[in-house]
Amino acid sequence: MERKHIAYASILLIGILFIFRLFYLQVITTKYKPSPFHNSAVTIKYDYPERGFIYDRNNTLLVANQPSYDVMIIPRDVKPLDTLEFCSLLKISKDDFIKRYQKAKNYSPRIPSVFLAQLSKNSYAYLQEKMYKYKGFYIQKRSLREYPIKSAANVLGYIGEVNNEFIKKNRYYKQGELIGIQGVEKEYEKELRGIKGVKYIQRNRFNKEIGPYKGGIYDTLATLGKDLTLTLDSKLEQYGEALMAHKRGGIVAIEPATGEILALVSTPTYDPNLMVGRERSKNFTKLYNDEVNMPLVDRGLLSQYPPGSPFKIINALIGLQERVIFPETTFYCYGGFRYGRGKNAFMKCHCHYGTANNLNRGIYESCNTYFANVYKRIIEKYPTPSEGMDTWSKHVKSFGLGNFLGYDLPTGKKGLVPDADFYNRYYPNGGWRASTTISNAIGQGEILVTPIQLANMTAIVANRGFYYTPHIIKKINNEPIHIEAFTTKKHTTIKPEYFEPIVQGMFDVFEKGTAVYSRVKGLEICGKTGTAENFASVNGKRVQFTDHSVFIAFAPKDNPKIAIAVYIENGYWGSRWAGPIATLMIENYLNGGTSRPALEKRMLEGSLQDEYDKQLLTLQALAEKED
Amino acid sequence: MSETHHEILDFSSLYGKQLQWIGLSFLLIIIIISIDSKFYERLSGVFYIISVLSLAGLFIFGASINGATSWYNFGGFSIQPSEFAKVGTALALANFINEPSSDLSNFKSQLKAFLIILLPAALIVLQPDPGSALIYFFLLVILYREGLPAYYLVIVFLAVVLFIMTLYTGFITSILIIYGILTLFFAYIINYKKFPFKREWYKIIILYTVVGLFIFSVDYVFNHVFDQRHRNRFSIVLGKTSDTKGIGYNTHQSMITIGSGGLTGKGFLEGDRTQGNFVPEQHTDYIFSTVGEEWGFLGSSAVIIIFVAFLLRLIQISERQKSTFSRVFGYSVAAIFFFHFMINIGMVIGLLPTIGIPLPFFSYGGSSLWGFTILLFIFIRLDADRTYVW
Repeated sequence: MERKHIAYASILLIGILFIFRLFYLQVITTKYKPSPFHNSAVTIKYDYPERGFIYDRNNTLLVANQPSYDVMIIPRDVKPLDTLEFCSLLKISKDDFIKRYQKAKNYSPRIPSVFLAQLSKNSYAYLQEKMYKYKGFYIQKRSLREYPIKSAANVLGYIGEVNNEFIKKNRYYKQGELIGIQGVEKEYEKELRGIKGVKYIQRNRFNKEIGPYKGGIYDTLATLGKDLTLTLDSKLEQYGEALMAHKRGGIVAIEPATGEILALVSTPTYDPNLMVGRERSKNFTKLYNDEVNMPLVDRGLLSQYPPGSPFKIINALIGLQERVIFPETTFYCYGGFRYGRGKNAFMKCHCHYGTANNLNRGIYESCNTYFANVYKRIIEKYPTPSEGMDTWSKHVKSFGLGNFLGYDLPTGKKGLVPDADFYNRYYPNGGWRASTTISNAIGQGEILVTPIQLANMTAIVANRGFYYTPHIIKKINNEPIHIEAFTTKKHTTIKPEYFEPIVQGMFDVFEKGTAVYSRVKGLEICGKTGTAENFASVNGKRVQFTDHSVFIAFAPKDNPKIAIAVYIENGYWGSRWAGPIATLMIENYLNGGTSRPALEKRMLEGSLQDEYDKQLLTLQALAEKED
Repeated sequence: MSETHHEILDFSSLYGKQLQWIGLSFLLIIIIISIDSKFYERLSGVFYIISVLSLAGLFIFGASINGATSWYNFGGFSIQPSEFAKVGTALALANFINEPSSDLSNFKSQLKAFLIILLPAALIVLQPDPGSALIYFFLLVILYREGLPAYYLVIVFLAVVLFIMTLYTGFITSILIIYGILTLFFAYIINYKKFPFKREWYKIIILYTVVGLFIFSVDYVFNHVFDQRHRNRFSIVLGKTSDTKGIGYNTHQSMITIGSGGLTGKGFLEGDRTQGNFVPEQHTDYIFSTVGEEWGFLGSSAVIIIFVAFLLRLIQISERQKSTFSRVFGYSVAAIFFFHFMINIGMVIGLLPTIGIPLPFFSYGGSSLWGFTILLFIFIRLDADRTYVW
């Protein structure tokens, strides 16, 4: 056979094969025919199951459901109707009716779409009786959320209508359905949502529903949503929100032995009930546009800032592990640390001139000089600054810093832990060394952390060297979780025995150090004060404002039950706001109440609004000056 | 495509956009037919280089859609260079074979021809878009028509059979079956056909090794290099799994849509499954399912017959060319159209796994429409000059 005949033959062969296949599909087989989709005399009705409830760790109900009714439309089926009566029942204008009708028709004449969302309960009652008059319209019941306790909006999140982009990617959802958009609602959407049931209903040629299609063999039952039990302690959470009133910042509390998140507070916050129902869009826009307070930003998870003095304990641990210091190593502080030859190459410290500090004293006095020395020794132990930096970086990262922790909430930031690469890029001509990066010694400089990373770090010290990934889920449908990521111990690169001197130092912070005035009788608390410098960039220039107040703590000293990190914007010294609040939280959790009512009152009523206004006005004035 | 529009020429809709592309293509056709044939031959090298550069440039300037870097974005519209690179490759291949020094029974020429085809193909595979790259391998078939020894084709055919069998039955079973067959075959010809075993035994060892390696690499690539979704597509077509909700969704929906057309279809714009957007990508890769639903068996068979006639005619025209350049180019055009037709419709009717390539002149998309138009009309121009030997 000539070569060219093969070409003719193959083409004809394929053509014939295709025609046979088409014949099979379209004429012979019935496998692809009697599907409800094919038959346009069939209506599809969805049965939405109850969305799962959400409880706190003590089974306090945090999120429940309330019914909501949408008016749905199938434009093709709409027959002429008394629009005046219909509009008055729905409480919309005739113009509105026409607009909505057009919109539905443009979307699709055959597929149901939402005509009017979330009827009020009264309207539903009246309308339900009269629906038979309005062909092409029907009422779809859905569940909206209800929040009996006005708290933890940032953790719980909210639900809203799924958008079209998402529907294209995930075929389960149809237009008008509700989906978790933030927080736990989003993270555990699949569990909470269940699976909707589908009913196929046959219609006769007058379009009247006469019963289930094919006896209901294609129908599926709804699967109920699962209830969630969170690790959150609602009483502690509410207490935290009260303490943080009129202040901006975040509190994160973790149970060190399990990694369970006990409290996750972010203020300014909002009443979660605002995000329910018809008012949701309007309320959301208002909250979203509030650029001064930013209530929708979860500061516990998203605020990135230099950790300040609490970071010193990491440097101490690395120093011990690398054996460049021992607990009795002593450095003398002459009011500061000279790290270079220039006049300004001097890092100030508040110690009296000539103080001798060992590790224990260095921690509880928070001496900058001490840790500058430790850091320098770590970096310079290795032949090149790059190796020193990378070693240091590796140790720091083993504490969960510089990357996502892997918790089960949908937002977060990585923070930043510099390494040799980072500095090489910043100083392309090289020449950087320990003294260039000395700010890292005291938690300033290039390092950035989020409050939850700081709380996790505190939990690591409480545990003497390991942690469990922080998580918010405790039980699903009352069954404890079996998620490997949350039940695997993660170890740092520091040996457990090096943690004891650090714990002792943190205990002495309360006994003799910077947090003496926050001591609680009867409780052995370990902690560390801190101040994080507060910079803003105005027209390219760095402007400094009042420092942020930072505090980390865990208690009791042995067998700790809670590890906490408090971060307060513009709060100045750690011991002024963050320290007292941290200890009050600990008291509340461990003892059920406080022994220092006067202090508690001061914290509850205290306000930093003046500081925030001052910062805002200064920023505005500077911006105007440049114009 | 939906039917509720305010005016018939609604340019913001999909079909409106396609009308624009079609309209502009008339301009394109006029330009292409007006240019002299020799121009195409002389500049085939240039077109080829432009094609390769435009493909390579994607990795620097290109935009990523659906996981593949296949597009350039210019303000409002996008261009897909792989659709145009076919033209450049066909021209370059035709030009090469036209040269008196090229002889496809000679290894050096074979190598050069393979390279011309494989270079753009490799760039496309890297995007990654292995579906579009498959066409280029099909051009190897053209080489057979032009003198490539038949055993290449036989080897490729056997390799495909082996490939499918390995996927279907797995590594061990395939090895056992193939070695079994080979051993029986050799036993037969050694005993009865006086095969010179003593001299040729090493060739037998090589054969066993090569076959074994091939089966192994197929299995390895399938299980360790392909993503799960690729594996699933094969599994579905081979009938190993049946998942109509997830990965097999497209194919299943498409078959239902076509099947629902029955003998005569539901009528123009009356297909309720198409209107209901049941088939994903129904305006691009799966456009044929709309034909099936709206025009039924009679209509879709008619389309098949028209395509077949079109392809046969292309081959017939190629055969009557006096110049080798025109003939080879014509064959390439026919091969490219044939391949698109076969793979696309095969996928839509459920005979082949989901491979995303367009149906010529039916699928929505400016780049593919223009690519095919250019391909076809260059050949029409060449045919107009067929009596000149140059």
